Amino acid sequence: MKELMLGNKAVARGLYEAGCRFISSYPGTPSTEITEEAARYEEIDCEWAPNEKVALEAAHGATLGGVRAACAMKHVGLNVAADPLFTISYQGLNAGLVICVADDPGMHSSQNEQDSRHYAEAAKVPMLEPSDSEEARRFARYAFELSEQYNTPVFLKMCTRVAHSQSVVEPEARTEKERVPYVKDPGKVMMTGNSRSAHQRVEKRTRELALLAEESPLNRIEMGDRKIGVITASTSYQYAREVFGDGASILKLGMTWPLPEKKIRDFAAQVECLYVLEELDPFIENQVRALGLTVHGKDVFPVCGEFSQNLVRRCMGLEAPEGAALEEAIPVRPPVMCAGCPHRGVFHILKKKKCMVYGDIGCYTLGAIAPLNAMDLNVCMGASCSGLHGFVKAIGEEAAHHSVGVIGDSTFIHSGITGITEIAYNMSNSTIIILDNSITGMTGHQQNPTTGKNLRGEPAGKVNLEALCRAVGIERVRVVDPYDLKAVEAAVDEELAADAPSVIISRRPCVMIKGTVHKPPIAVDAAKCVGCKACMSIGCPAISFREKQARIDPTLCIGCRVCGQLCRFGALPAPEQEA
Amino acid sequence: MMDTKNIMIVGVGGQGTLLASKLLGAVLLGRGYDVKVSEVHGMSQRGGSVVTYVRWGDRVYSPVIDEGEADIILSFELLEAARYLRFLKKGGRIIVNTQRMDPMPVITSAAAYPENLVEKMKSAGADVDAADFLSLANQAGSARAVNVALLGRLSRLLPEITEETWLEAIAKGVPPKFVDVNQQAFLLGRAQA
Repeated sequence: MKELMLGNKAVARGLYEAGCRFISSYPGTPSTEITEEAARYEEIDCEWAPNEKVALEAAHGATLGGVRAACAMKHVGLNVAADPLFTISYQGLNAGLVICVADDPGMHSSQNEQDSRHYAEAAKVPMLEPSDSEEARRFARYAFELSEQYNTPVFLKMCTRVAHSQSVVEPEARTEKERVPYVKDPGKVMMTGNSRSAHQRVEKRTRELALLAEESPLNRIEMGDRKIGVITASTSYQYAREVFGDGASILKLGMTWPLPEKKIRDFAAQVECLYVLEELDPFIENQVRALGLTVHGKDVFPVCGEFSQNLVRRCMGLEAPEGAALEEAIPVRPPVMCAGCPHRGVFHILKKKKCMVYGDIGCYTLGAIAPLNAMDLNVCMGASCSGLHGFVKAIGEEAAHHSVGVIGDSTFIHSGITGITEIAYNMSNSTIIILDNSITGMTGHQQNPTTGKNLRGEPAGKVNLEALCRAVGIERVRVVDPYDLKAVEAAVDEELAADAPSVIISRRPCVMIKGTVHKPPIAVDAAKCVGCKACMSIGCPAISFREKQARIDPTLCIGCRVCGQLCRFGALPAPEQEA
Repeated sequence: MMDTKNIMIVGVGGQGTLLASKLLGAVLLGRGYDVKVSEVHGMSQRGGSVVTYVRWGDRVYSPVIDEGEADIILSFELLEAARYLRFLKKGGRIIVNTQRMDPMPVITSAAAYPENLVEKMKSAGADVDAADFLSLANQAGSARAVNVALLGRLSRLLPEITEETWLEAIAKGVPPKFVDVNQQAFLLGRAQA
């Protein structure tokens, strides 16, 4: 039966239909729903791993154990998983392995705009790119066949628009796969001699896959008007069809590595003017140029940002529709920390102390936005710990007493543990604040190794953060409640002053976790509010300013009473006034 | 061959735009159309400006709606209606909930919330249908049903879909204990002239 399905859900469906038995992933927008949706099928053992490297190694291990396995990650996650990727490509498998990776052109929810297709070429791993949900389902299913036939991991590359668009899917039944017995093979140990022959095998495999690409129905030609020929893939294919209809001929690539040389040459010979329409880098374009063909690509279309039909129209010199617009400036509406967010109090204190704040990846990156403005920089998962260490080493005492690294619980497990080990081992006087909100917040509330629950919400192992920090050699470890501003300030003062590395764990569950009990909303005492706006300095979306006084939106306020600790006039209830 | 129809649903993260697009997508698929619904998850859901595209017809290609292409904009908040007005086709209809939610630059006094937006959008040539859908939702029993009240208003512009079809989609699409409130909100929005 036809069903409207999110692209990521369709991937999960395809993996399920193919008989996949194990999925290990780390959440990351826009890839997260692949694993969440797959977890609805009890036949698949799904888990959140501490990071993408672990996830890929676990999924590969499962294929050596003889079952079809997969993992899913966002584009930057693939950087973390790159180490096992390149050697898994050499070593091979014992059952199919599919690596789902989701790019984010336009950076809706990412810190960079890297193009994952380069990894396919670099690691010599074939890549399939669906352009809608039905293709996502079919390609995910087919990826396992390809993987086993050629003894290679296979990339299933998504992008935000394919991952987060719903389109019509026709699900099929699951095919169960027998577990393949494990047999010891001395050639599997990747050291010099074996690796040399493995590399030979990989090069041969890529040549064979290139031949397959010539014949594969995944790469199809749709002839229309021959004046314009467009080579395209993924969501760009949809924009091409939207703009040109039958007014151009299209070579639609479903497999973007390796590319079908002959098919491209044949297509080029049939059209007058050849274009490559692809988001981000000129990946296909460079290959087409290397064939000696004349082609337009990034001379016409941008490298940066997401495409749309009007962008394609304008780049092609076609007329694009225009809508009515107001002359008025419309204030921007950036995302904000939720009302009652436990991170808010910590950033308020760090701003007050004028600290250099090395941030990290998560909801708390929003601490960089006005009015808190309490983050100096961030790079990637875990850099707050190791980056701060280098910063303190370079500047010395002055930095040690005024700088902190700020990292979430899930991010800390992902890549912060090695960073604080660096701090302890190489002895920098660094202060790290772990914002432990007991969940992976930004990506939509996934469990992680600090929460005591697994992906399905069942009881699981639980990391003791205090014991872990002490075990790597940090002697000063303390826990504070971020709703208590005085306690946070005292902890920050003391740990910055101390001549030893320290970790402050700011512990309070995310207010959006289901089951978190909220206190009743508070109200402004209009007789006492003088309109000083001190309460507004924390950027709580529940507080607005109307008729020269602060006003609390009772539908947003959860009664955290952090604002009450800023009011010097008693117009907002402070925590100690509770009955 | 039917032209592709375009509806944009815009609002503030957390207002329930995703449920509205899910219900709309379900009834359109039920009518046998090719349907695409595109949304953005992640960062923008944290109280930011959110937009969902719903497109249907015989064959839909692009999952997104571009400037000047929307037949209808369904806006959950006044400022968001103004922000996305440029996506409306010339003479297109914009259904707007007059609820006002201050964005952070307004809260911090870095910017002012523009006045008289409904009149300004009308002057810009839009066919504006503005009403207080939050009151209708409260009347139905829950402020959270504002999304379905707006959907009720939108349903008047889609005569090929019957009231029964909508009510069934709501019954299937929301948790059992919220069905009554949502159906009530839908009918209030649909009746509201």
